[in-house]
Amino acid sequence: MTVLLALPVVLPLLGAAVSLTISGHRRVQRILGVAVCAATLGNAGVVLQRVDAGGTQATQLGGWPAPIGITLVADRFSAVMLAISMAMVLAVLVYALGQLDPAREDSYFHPVYLILTAGVAASFLTGDLFNLFVAFEMMLTASYVLLTLGGTGEQVRSGMTYVVISLVASILLVTAVALIYAATGTVNMAELAGRLDAVPDGLRTALGLLLLCVFGVKAAIFPLFFWLPDAYPTAPTPITALFAGLLTKVGLYAIIRTQTLLFASPEPSSLLLVIAGATMVVGVLGAISQNDVKRILSFHIISQIGYMVLGLGLFSLAGLAGAILYIVHHIVVKTTLFLVGGLVETATGTGALSELHGLARRAPVLAWLFLLPALSLAGLPPFSGFVAKLTLVQAGLALDRELVVAVSLLVSLLTLFSMTKIWAGAFWGDPAEAAAPPIVGGQPLRLPAPMVGATASLVALSLVIAVGSGPLYALSERAAADLLDSGSYTSAVFGGAAR
Amino acid sequence: MTLALAVTVAALYTVGTYLVLQRTLTRIILGVAVLGHGANLLLLLSGGRAGAPPLVTGQSAAPPGVADPLPQALALTAIVISFGVVAFLLALAYRSWTLSRADLVENDVEDRRIAGLAGAGSEEGEAA
Repeated sequence: MTVLLALPVVLPLLGAAVSLTISGHRRVQRILGVAVCAATLGNAGVVLQRVDAGGTQATQLGGWPAPIGITLVADRFSAVMLAISMAMVLAVLVYALGQLDPAREDSYFHPVYLILTAGVAASFLTGDLFNLFVAFEMMLTASYVLLTLGGTGEQVRSGMTYVVISLVASILLVTAVALIYAATGTVNMAELAGRLDAVPDGLRTALGLLLLCVFGVKAAIFPLFFWLPDAYPTAPTPITALFAGLLTKVGLYAIIRTQTLLFASPEPSSLLLVIAGATMVVGVLGAISQNDVKRILSFHIISQIGYMVLGLGLFSLAGLAGAILYIVHHIVVKTTLFLVGGLVETATGTGALSELHGLARRAPVLAWLFLLPALSLAGLPPFSGFVAKLTLVQAGLALDRELVVAVSLLVSLLTLFSMTKIWAGAFWGDPAEAAAPPIVGGQPLRLPAPMVGATASLVALSLVIAVGSGPLYALSERAAADLLDSGSYTSAVFGGAAR
Repeated sequence: MTLALAVTVAALYTVGTYLVLQRTLTRIILGVAVLGHGANLLLLLSGGRAGAPPLVTGQSAAPPGVADPLPQALALTAIVISFGVVAFLLALAYRSWTLSRADLVENDVEDRRIAGLAGAGSEEGEAA
């Protein structure tokens, strides 16, 4: 198990190092990148299977015992997140091979992409607050480079905002780590879980809130989301898609991990529920006011984050299980929608709704690829979004939180509205009206095969999630049970010795 | 000694926050660097009082009165990370200056457009 837990971090890092030395050999870099991502995905699958069968697994790097050494932990939640993220990383890489322009690909795209992968994997697996910071930095630094690769004016402008905001959040995280260390004398999360109980209530709340703010910036929850719709749309599509699917969810993972393991509350947290409601409403209203496909989708990320926070805020088994199911569904669907948005841009040269018309007739495949995840995002049955939302609504009603449930249902309707806006603007209508037709007349548009293939396989994956929602919900429920029982986490880290 | 350091940390955070809130890119970068120093110093302070160097030679247990080595290791890591990121920020600011010849954070075009729409809407409302 030791090797299996370390490999998702080590493998992409080694791959990045090798890829860096062979820059210039594009074909080799491509094969290496895909091979490393596929191997990591396979590894993540094995970890998920073993953790689900045998419970939380932990390993100490270098063989130093728990509070001293670097701890890697995989419980069911992190294993699920790891597996789904690595699937996205692979699909987006295949898509990127069909879209990236050579200049951009040659300037270190492949090594940086692999470092990002390693950072994401490390964030999910680390069992140590300071290493969480290091993993975040690994992921974010790679994301800064990917976001500004190419260096156009627009990218530099939005990249600057993104980098500065992320950095301020990172500095706050260091501050939080320092304060927590001063209060408890440890940064190992399993040891912290026990020691934080001895900390006075006021201080404990302050530390919890500080961590919530830090990870809230990265997860783009209300009111810390302003950077996101500005930064994401300017990057090349595959990169935006990966960021949209993964990066905010890594922040959310950290929120859920710290709020359940370190600052668990026995009853629903009103603060988190209010944040959840506000995030949902503000995000979807922002989406409605936009005119560009990528910007609309960016605001939807924020709105959807609200649902996941809702699940966490309930602090019940059903709520957390719903949140986990929602995250899995959302990562797949959101990535797919951005990839489709990119296909639209590649095919027509624009993402502005006012300039797009009649794509359904010119590219029927594209229309289907958009329609399925769009309906899923809005939560229509029988798609995966419906299953995820239903569990959250039921969990909310079980705890008599009708208000936030009502808000979430209203936001679903508004989500559907803004998806129909894209549909009506880009896909319906007469192709002849399109303002920017690269191909004259109503003839079908040609789309690169790897891009369509990657997008189609993600759509298929989201359908599999819908069909397999029964077993998946059972898995989410087991993962949520792990989260609520911090004893299983600590005993795995300390090798069964009671603490 | 610790009080002096605590006051320094407070001063660094204050100056850093002020600088980050400016509109000039170079000031923002300086602000990030200063904030980073503040955070690293705080990390160092979290280990408690200063003590003898934490070197263990020959004996199995640590000698009494040594400084806590963990925050020092953490601070070193954080310093390296903030060094790299500030270097990246400088490169980005230089690129921004090459492109626009201005050392300012630029307006977001789409935001301006939406704000313009809102302004136009309220004017119409007033006219009606």
